[in-house]
Amino acid sequence: MKVIYILWLRQIKRYVRSKSRIVGAIGQPLLFLLALGYGLGSVYKAAGQGNYLEFLVPGIMAQTVLFSAMFYGAMIVFDRQFGFLKETLVAPVSRFKIMIGGALGGATTAVIQGLLVFVISLALGFRPHDWLRLPIALLFMIALAVAIASFSSGIGSFVEDMQGFQAINQFLVFPLYFLSGALYPLDHVPTWLRIIAEVNPISYTVDAMRWAVVGTTKFGLLHDVIALSLTIVVLLVFGAIRFRHIEA
Amino acid sequence: MIEVEHLSKKFGNFTAVNDISFSVKQGEMFALLGPNGAGKSTTIKMLTTLLKPTSGNLTLNGHSVTKNQDATRKSFGIVFQDPTLDNDLTAYENMQLHAVMYKVPSREIKHRIQELLTLVELWERRNSLVKTFSGGMKRRLEIARGLLHHPVVLFLDEPTLGLDTQTRNLLWNYVSNLAKEKEMTILFTTHYLEEAEANASRIAIIDHGKLIAIDTADKLKTLTHTKTLEQAYLKLTGKDLRDEAVDPHEAWRSRVRARNMR
Repeated sequence: MKVIYILWLRQIKRYVRSKSRIVGAIGQPLLFLLALGYGLGSVYKAAGQGNYLEFLVPGIMAQTVLFSAMFYGAMIVFDRQFGFLKETLVAPVSRFKIMIGGALGGATTAVIQGLLVFVISLALGFRPHDWLRLPIALLFMIALAVAIASFSSGIGSFVEDMQGFQAINQFLVFPLYFLSGALYPLDHVPTWLRIIAEVNPISYTVDAMRWAVVGTTKFGLLHDVIALSLTIVVLLVFGAIRFRHIEA
Repeated sequence: MIEVEHLSKKFGNFTAVNDISFSVKQGEMFALLGPNGAGKSTTIKMLTTLLKPTSGNLTLNGHSVTKNQDATRKSFGIVFQDPTLDNDLTAYENMQLHAVMYKVPSREIKHRIQELLTLVELWERRNSLVKTFSGGMKRRLEIARGLLHHPVVLFLDEPTLGLDTQTRNLLWNYVSNLAKEKEMTILFTTHYLEEAEANASRIAIIDHGKLIAIDTADKLKTLTHTKTLEQAYLKLTGKDLRDEAVDPHEAWRSRVRARNMR
């Protein structure tokens, strides 16, 4: 437990010390909130869909958690390049503990980023549907963060440079994100796109967040919770297995 | 303390280490010399559990290196060729993280860190981020960290590369004291032959993955009818320049990657 704690703490310390990382990771969601929120808000309203900011905020919160947790895998790539990875791999500690400690650290910072975005959206005039559901929103964010941080540790364990890591982000994570219903409803897209959206685990997280923050749901809360639980299990196992074969 | 029996490592068709056997006694300072790409780093990687041998047996402090990894890992400390510190943590935090990973008893952690950081003259800088350190300071910190869990074997892979004369002097004095006073077993690699001659009780020379000589510096000179260790070394390994500057493990992985891309 102590080992997991100290490796978690390492991620937190690095996060708190890196002001540029905090600001940078807030910049993107802020841009999305402002540009899309104000840019598309009137179109959305004219189409008879109501308040776009309400639709958008839970999506952007999920986005922030998703990409911040993905960034944890990049930290492993940096650890390899700066040599620190070797120090952990010759230590008498199981690979699983190393992976869990780091991933929990990465997940924690991702959740903090998601909460910061929530605070920003409050400043932009957003109000949650039911304040009492916020702890549940927090739980969903933690679940998504742990799942994605495990996934990204699996990726980081075999991708050898940042370019390789970016490729995974561009060709897997971004498409899944854009097909998750975070930014726009996917009710009227071609069938094949809808199928992708419906097997996409991010869709269910976004839907769960929307239930917790603005009170609407597309798939139903039960489906969301089942999908999210499955995602955690699958991605944790993936991360643990991949990480076991990590080489310095 | 260290037993290497018929050790081999192949990367695809390339044999990086070819049937090497030697043993190192407790308290001995043992130098592993050889041109770039000879198999020194690959041998150290296998001895330190970072790489699995293709064949052969490795025993360290009585533990089978391949079968009993955790006991082996607790038995040795290592200073790698390239830095392995976390630059965004302080010197103290790097030490603390190591102590916890190696299960140093909590009540001893503070005391041991203070003792070792004082010894390598970094105690005053304990709360500075490692990224503000010079190359020599980082190397000193790595040595202190490698000793934190009281290992019985210390591996030093080119520990003085790029260091100034003062730091090299301090480092070797300290390391040879560890061997003499604490009976610590030291296995090191270096390209500076005068360091091997001055500090090693025995020297092994490997080339093209094979062990070609193993003896004291004096006997190696007698054997080759030469006056200096450098002459003996060149007589044994030849004067050709080596292209295998890259770590063969690294080279093999990039070949595999390239193949997978196709």
